[in-house]
Amino acid sequence: MIETWIAAFLTLCVFSFLYRENPFYRFAEHLFVGSAAGYLLAVQWNSVLIPNVWTPLVHGKDLVVLIPLALGLMMLARIWSKGAGIARWSIAFYVGIYSGVAIPGYMQAQIFAQLADAAKPWPAGFAGVNAALVFIGLITVLAYFFFSLPHRGIHGIGARIGIYFLMVAFGASFGYTVMARVSLLISRVQFLLRDWLHILPS
Amino acid sequence: MTWARKVLSIDRRYIFLLVAAGVVLPLLRPLNLPITVTPRVQAAYDAIDALPPGSKVLLSMDYEPDIMAELFPMSVAVLRHCFKKHLQVIAMTLYPAGTGLGQQALHTAAKAEGAVLNKDYAWLGYKSGFQVVMIGIGENLRGMYPVDFYGTPLDSIPVTRGVNSYRQMAMVINLSGSSATDYWIQFAQGRFHAPLVVGCTAVMATDYYPYLSSKQILGLVGGMKGAAEYERLIGILGDARRGMDAQSLVHVIVALLVILGNLALFVSKRAGEDLGGRPAGSMTR
Amino acid sequence: MRRGPLLVTFLSGAAVAALFFIPNYKAQAVNNKLLEWTLVVYAFALILGSMSLWNSHARKLKVRAEGWPFSLVTLVSLVVITVLGIWKGVDEGSPVGRIYNTVNSPLASTMFALLAFVIASAAFRAFRARSVEATLLLITAIVMMIGRVSIGPIISPHLPGITEWLLDVPNLAAKRAIAIGVGLGAVSTALKIILGIERSYLGRS
Repeated sequence: MIETWIAAFLTLCVFSFLYRENPFYRFAEHLFVGSAAGYLLAVQWNSVLIPNVWTPLVHGKDLVVLIPLALGLMMLARIWSKGAGIARWSIAFYVGIYSGVAIPGYMQAQIFAQLADAAKPWPAGFAGVNAALVFIGLITVLAYFFFSLPHRGIHGIGARIGIYFLMVAFGASFGYTVMARVSLLISRVQFLLRDWLHILPS
Repeated sequence: MTWARKVLSIDRRYIFLLVAAGVVLPLLRPLNLPITVTPRVQAAYDAIDALPPGSKVLLSMDYEPDIMAELFPMSVAVLRHCFKKHLQVIAMTLYPAGTGLGQQALHTAAKAEGAVLNKDYAWLGYKSGFQVVMIGIGENLRGMYPVDFYGTPLDSIPVTRGVNSYRQMAMVINLSGSSATDYWIQFAQGRFHAPLVVGCTAVMATDYYPYLSSKQILGLVGGMKGAAEYERLIGILGDARRGMDAQSLVHVIVALLVILGNLALFVSKRAGEDLGGRPAGSMTR
Repeated sequence: MRRGPLLVTFLSGAAVAALFFIPNYKAQAVNNKLLEWTLVVYAFALILGSMSLWNSHARKLKVRAEGWPFSLVTLVSLVVITVLGIWKGVDEGSPVGRIYNTVNSPLASTMFALLAFVIASAAFRAFRARSVEATLLLITAIVMMIGRVSIGPIISPHLPGITEWLLDVPNLAAKRAIAIGVGLGAVSTALKIILGIERSYLGRS
């Protein structure tokens, strides 16, 4: 199918970058940027502006929707250097909303819930040893990230232990990151070998 | 030139060829290495499997083509599980470029399991705003999504009839490659107490273990490996399972490369050379 | 000129934060309305990004800067897909849906697939056990890379158990501490924004 051949050609254009930068790669890169931006605009129009602005305004006669429409259009004024002042009102509105939403959200889910789980009694046996290690790890890593006091004495010892816990966590993250990147490559090679060259069974 | 210096001076394009071979060869000649299911993926599967038939499930596929390799097979596997269990899926996405992928995943899974649009699943499509959408769904779904992706009012769709918040949903499943998962935990689970199962990229998987421990999430499917485990649990052979042999071989190659690089450094230090090791730098020469 | 916007930030932020705690149905109706408005404003913010992209490439085209033919490719693809998408929709069977499957999806996924090569090369050249901490990181990474894939249990039946323990104990402890730290930072930043102490989001005066 012609579409498969086009997709394969573009895939190979991007892979050509592994040898060195070349006009095929640059073409693919610029096509990607333009098509992604165009798709984003089309989706905003179809999925947000029509159902959440146009339809309530024109068919539902809901004039209140003019407020967010006005705020949105004011946001677009940012594109001109003289329009920055007008755009500030829209930016202020949505930064305010997101800041207000963040306070209870982070407090509940990331602070209180995690502290509550950390404060649970330790079970018996090996699970208790693990729970104790998790608790020690939590305290020592928090000690490491507390930079208002110099890392000396007890605080310094705690911070040093915290670093070891962090290194294990980052090592685990690195191992998983390798897994993630390799998965992305496997998928593209599967496409080339199966969908394009029909070497692999579908 | 010592062997250590030779090893460390090797052209990076030979490393690229080695990685490419590590991916291509196992795909051409599968090794059929066994896939063991990890406890977190089993927990995710069990949570969904425990839902009675007819339960409504919100599935948010918050990813774009850049990470579809990990999350698309996961989406298809989870959807096929939901359809096998006769759960009613209300699907959506918070990423504009995820619209096409969400549709594809639904069509692929629906075709395989005989699920029907509007009767077994609804596709709400994309809405901008992340946290705002999540809170909005909890307060008033129709305020966020007056119609589905195809322009059909939600009251006309059997799957979404009578559903206006998380209270009417048995579970929220979030498949995401970004901070969207953090927000689902904060708002859908934290504020509205919706049971939450998470699928994410391998890069992010290690970050969500604290939430598993605190039971804020019921299960975690991480990366292509997680998707492969899920495919094994539901008894299908998808792209994720097919890619595991290649995944294993490339991991071994990378591990050996790291060990080789460090061995060269160790040998050179003993010989009194200072090879330092060249920084990774950019890919252009 | 910034007092007005700062007041808007304060009112909108304080309102949403306070309404979280007020279950009254009229209060929640106000909350819902504010959220619906934000959804629309956010969409325009994304549109602004595309307009900015247009400006940048149009400028390059106008002055015939280095690489200007590629800028033309960007602009043409942006216009064609936007117009087609608005006219015919973005459904899977539509022209834009087909372009998405043929162009957007392969290009985006291949761009990121390059990272597999980069990470292998970077790991070989830069991942060095120069200190106790780096050695600990390196050993954990190798154990995780081998233990979490299919070949791990074949090399040693203990590897999966070891990787589970690494994730469930030291990784969990560190990530929990990071989550709490991030939460505290996010809350304090949000408060500073609402109270007008942090004003950088408004740009230069």
